[in-house]
Amino acid sequence: MTAAPIISVRGLITRFGKNTVHDGLDLDVRRGEIIGVVGGSGTGKSVLLRAIVGLLKPAAGKITVFGEDVRNTSVADYRRLRRRWGVMFQGGALFSSLNVQQNVEAPMREQLDLSPETRAALAAIKVKMVGLPENALSQMPSELSGGMRKRAGFARAIALDPEIVFLDEPTAGLDPIGAAAFDALIAQLQSALGLTVFLVTHDLDSLHAICDRVAVLAERRVLATGTMKDMQEIDHPWVQAYFKGPRARAALVQKDTA
Amino acid sequence: MTTAPKITLTDGILRLQGDLLISTIEAVNWSTPQSHDAKAIDLGAVGRLDTAGAWAVVSLERQLGLTGQTIGASEPQDGLLRTVRDHMPGPAHPGAGQTGIIDELEAVGRRATSAFGATISIIGFMGQVVATLASLIIQPARIRWTSLVHHMQQVGLNAVPIVFLMSFLIGVVLAFQGATQLRQFGAEVFVVDLIAISILRELGVLLTAIIVAGRSGSAFTAAIGSMKMREEIDALRALGLDPVEILVVPRVLALILMLPVLGVIANMAGLIGGALMSWIELGVSPGVFQSRLASNTGVWHFGVGMIKAPFFALIIGIVGCFQGMQVKGNVESLGSLTSASVVLSIFLVIAADALFSIFFSIVGV
Repeated sequence: MTAAPIISVRGLITRFGKNTVHDGLDLDVRRGEIIGVVGGSGTGKSVLLRAIVGLLKPAAGKITVFGEDVRNTSVADYRRLRRRWGVMFQGGALFSSLNVQQNVEAPMREQLDLSPETRAALAAIKVKMVGLPENALSQMPSELSGGMRKRAGFARAIALDPEIVFLDEPTAGLDPIGAAAFDALIAQLQSALGLTVFLVTHDLDSLHAICDRVAVLAERRVLATGTMKDMQEIDHPWVQAYFKGPRARAALVQKDTA
Repeated sequence: MTTAPKITLTDGILRLQGDLLISTIEAVNWSTPQSHDAKAIDLGAVGRLDTAGAWAVVSLERQLGLTGQTIGASEPQDGLLRTVRDHMPGPAHPGAGQTGIIDELEAVGRRATSAFGATISIIGFMGQVVATLASLIIQPARIRWTSLVHHMQQVGLNAVPIVFLMSFLIGVVLAFQGATQLRQFGAEVFVVDLIAISILRELGVLLTAIIVAGRSGSAFTAAIGSMKMREEIDALRALGLDPVEILVVPRVLALILMLPVLGVIANMAGLIGGALMSWIELGVSPGVFQSRLASNTGVWHFGVGMIKAPFFALIIGIVGCFQGMQVKGNVESLGSLTSASVVLSIFLVIAADALFSIFFSIVGV
């Protein structure tokens, strides 16, 4: 693939007070791939995601998405840019005063001028696509289980058919069956909608099952990127421990027998 | 960069062209005349297609009875069409807005029984707190002294400035309003009695209780409610500890101890404000004010006010903690219960004050 990367991060530095989270971080994401971002707790995976989508202002560095600089854009440009990506936060982050249908409709309502019937039909399709029953549409977020909330958050993230979806730990806190179903869902929608997926995760099974490439965050930068197979050969204690630990072996065995 | 979509009908084939996207589909007139003669839908000239576009195509298929007769779609477009076809919503959405008279009646019944249930459980909670308090008086070693002192500072000491200022201003207002009325009868000096009796008997303690309900009652609900949300209450129970003993009793006890103190401060501030205003407005010197206060106002006026203070404190503490315990998992219930806590405790304080007035008038003090 020689096409220009859809997301490119160069020399990113983020700090919270005296604590430097990223120090000269570089990362490229290619169009149409599922990239898994892994790293120990506190290595700034979610911070990286927030910096890319512009929720957090880094101390230095250049972040371009679709070839446009995220940091130095006018408000109108940023708004237009934002329509082309969707974000699913940990735990779904649904608006608690709106029901599922209104949550999924929220981006359409704010960004586009659609008739209520069209919005309702599209919201119903998205909700069914993420595997929720149709009667979930009228339910409030507090009535949903954690897994259903994540699915509804995913439906909201893809409401406008974005080109990139950012997913923050989509399978964390789900039971193995639910997590596997969510992985399958991401892969299925990725191929159906032609998404680029930026996946922050701890879940080795997800990495094996759906990620085209993996980026390892450690020592305040991206230590390595490559396929899961490449990761096995990287000679770094943390990478070795992560990808060759007991859990990693279990995930590998599961994949081989599957 | 998007090309507007168009529909044309040629040789019985409905040809779509342009970009079928969420932002463009509503610009298309989907009900092209004679399209009912169409035998197939051709997507060969369609540029980009998203879920919304696919939905429009699938709806068109269904409308014309042409399901599966769509040709010319590229491989990814076909995949998207298939996905959308599998997930089309059912025809009728169950309407949420239909409510008949029966539903209305049912809602009234539900509200009535839930109000009744809430009354029963708040009385039960009060019994639990009082029983725990009594058992702690027998075994004072089990009282959480650090927590008690902390809450005494929070609800008592930290509230002194606002209580003082409020009561001072009430004294000023009473003197000012009383003076204009009493001057008409040449009875200016009775302003002392007016201020002293109204502040000592009623206003000092009542207004202090209202301020404390707004300040500390809401804080109790919010603190205990967020502990409930984060399962801290369950964690305490799992450790074999009684949340009433650890969280509720120190708060209620701190209020019972501090509200009378705040009441005394409020009484003093009100008298000072009243005396100051009487001096400026009516020329009643502080010396006259003091001697008139001592000779004409019985100590029972002060006593009546003070007797009410611990009861008000009990009401505020119980309601605040009880509402905190009612918080369920979501954030909204925390907000609504916090405001309900303030409204309910202020209402109950005023209702109790009315009952006390009747009681004291029967007793004759």
